[in-house]
Amino acid sequence: MTDTTLATPARDRMAFLGDPRLLRKALPAVSLVAILIAIFVLNERAMSYRGLDLMLKYAVPIAFATIAQMFILTVNDLDLSIGAFVGLVACIAGTWLVDQPVLCILILAGCIASYAAIGALIHMRRLPSIVVTLGMSFVWLGIAVILMPTPGGMVPDWLKALMSWKPPLVPFPIIACLVIALVAHVLLMESSYGAVLRGAGGNATAIDRAGWSLLRIRMSMYALAGFFGVLSGLSLIGLTTSPDAHIADRYTLLSIAGVILGGGEFVGGRVSPIGAVIGAVTLVLTGSFLIFMRISPDWQIGAQGAVLIVVLALRALIKLREAK
Amino acid sequence: MNALAARLGNKPWLLSFAGAFAVWLATILFTEGKGGGEMITAALSFATFTVIVGIGQMFVITTGPGNVDLSIPSTIALAGGVAMKIMGGQDSLIWFGLLACIGAGLAVGAFNYALIRLLKIPPIIATLSSSLIVMSVAISYGRGLQIKPPPSFADFTTAQISGVPVLSICAILFAIAMAIILERTIYGRATLAIGQNVRVAHLAGVKVERARCITYLMSAAFAGLCGALLAGFSGGNALNMGEEYLLATIAVVVIGGTSVAGGRANVPGIWGAALFLYLLVTMLNTYGASAGIRLVLTGLIIIAMITLAGGDKPSR
Repeated sequence: MTDTTLATPARDRMAFLGDPRLLRKALPAVSLVAILIAIFVLNERAMSYRGLDLMLKYAVPIAFATIAQMFILTVNDLDLSIGAFVGLVACIAGTWLVDQPVLCILILAGCIASYAAIGALIHMRRLPSIVVTLGMSFVWLGIAVILMPTPGGMVPDWLKALMSWKPPLVPFPIIACLVIALVAHVLLMESSYGAVLRGAGGNATAIDRAGWSLLRIRMSMYALAGFFGVLSGLSLIGLTTSPDAHIADRYTLLSIAGVILGGGEFVGGRVSPIGAVIGAVTLVLTGSFLIFMRISPDWQIGAQGAVLIVVLALRALIKLREAK
Repeated sequence: MNALAARLGNKPWLLSFAGAFAVWLATILFTEGKGGGEMITAALSFATFTVIVGIGQMFVITTGPGNVDLSIPSTIALAGGVAMKIMGGQDSLIWFGLLACIGAGLAVGAFNYALIRLLKIPPIIATLSSSLIVMSVAISYGRGLQIKPPPSFADFTTAQISGVPVLSICAILFAIAMAIILERTIYGRATLAIGQNVRVAHLAGVKVERARCITYLMSAAFAGLCGALLAGFSGGNALNMGEEYLLATIAVVVIGGTSVAGGRANVPGIWGAALFLYLLVTMLNTYGASAGIRLVLTGLIIIAMITLAGGDKPSR
């Protein structure tokens, strides 16, 4: 669409910016690099193994939650319960993972199955995902509060050891984020069923006519989201000593923001797993940036909102050029 | 049974009132008739706030799929703080405070609409981003301090006439006015038309963008007003004051019989659903449910009500 238009004077002047489609694809990475440069300029000690390790510690659970949200967004739904769900997983693992690991794994598998069931309910009754997941967020939070009324619980040593692992050369959070991004990429973007899954978000009728079960697709996506939510909760308790029900409340908004920052569109099955992880990391770094700027933590969430708006504004500008 | 279901299907808002009544009955049967009146009074006063913001949310949701105002909790927090700070505990400044809280709401609404229009982003994302910024402004502006409302304002928000809260009477009149606006004005009809099919509405000469703009301004302004009233009612503003109103507004709109797909709205249902939600929590409290069980049951019952009320009918 973009290549067929003739070169107008306005286009010539901006030609050095290259193909707008490419530009849009590069935008998440450019935002990440921009915020990294800003941080390094403010504090050059941050540009070290230790600095990156510290700054990106919490990027791993947030990246998992963002990927979970991305699966839901792929089928044009929105999950407002992922934060509460991650909190519940943290409480379940904190209660049982040390003493009764088999029982704990069975319960977590049950959690993933209930996520798939929610997907089925939403699909079969044509319910709005926002309302159902908002209701489910109360359910998850309620169960977590019953399990763990006060912060506490035990975290297995192997999980703590894994999350604080110091591999040579590259800090663990970076390796973990790369692996998460690649696995999700292969699952959704490279596999043939992944194309069908994305297609269900783009044109459900076409996928339906081609003989695929839309019900099964939606259930798979919700199950995948549940699975990544479980991984998010497990990696989160590996970083903290005492899980509690409200530990991941912020993850709901952060995960949506991460997917959108990473180039995900709200409709049409247009998502990018690698972008989503980049988006999550960018949001985590925004916090460090504010600290180095000596800006009051009051503005932390506001800054995340501002980053989101700036990136969306840039994307709108690029789209404007694409349309020409 | 089928006839009943069909009648409820035609008037989905009746379901919410029926639900409210059933829950109330279940509670006073448990208490053997004690406290039934007080329960209604309390339900009326708490439902009032949900109704005020819920009507704003209803107009937003009516404009079509993807339209939801997620900035309501932050707006309530900010406007509550602004109103209490400007009133400064003095009766003479009440009107300024009320104007200021509506002004703060309108500012948030204008910002929301600007994001939707200029950046062409889905309203959910726009209101989500702005809610983050508004919350930061509220935190920074209020410094986390609680300011007490002026005495007359506190009296007004808690006044009752023979068991009926004055604020609820105002909110009933307000709901009637909004129902007339929805059904009888050009703006209201335009909003419904946009929700049914935005392209057709545009081709039919409906001023789509103007209606959308008014809708987002209204929703935020109502949230602003609610913030001030809530601060007066509860003896001061608090940052987490609006938290529960995100689920509450969406739930009352949907349970009240407004279509989430847009194009079909219902004002009386919002009152029924708001009463239902409050009475439900009261019932669980009376039965001695713990905080966790209360949360689980509230979530499940909301989902059950929505499943019962049915999602988007594909035929339309």
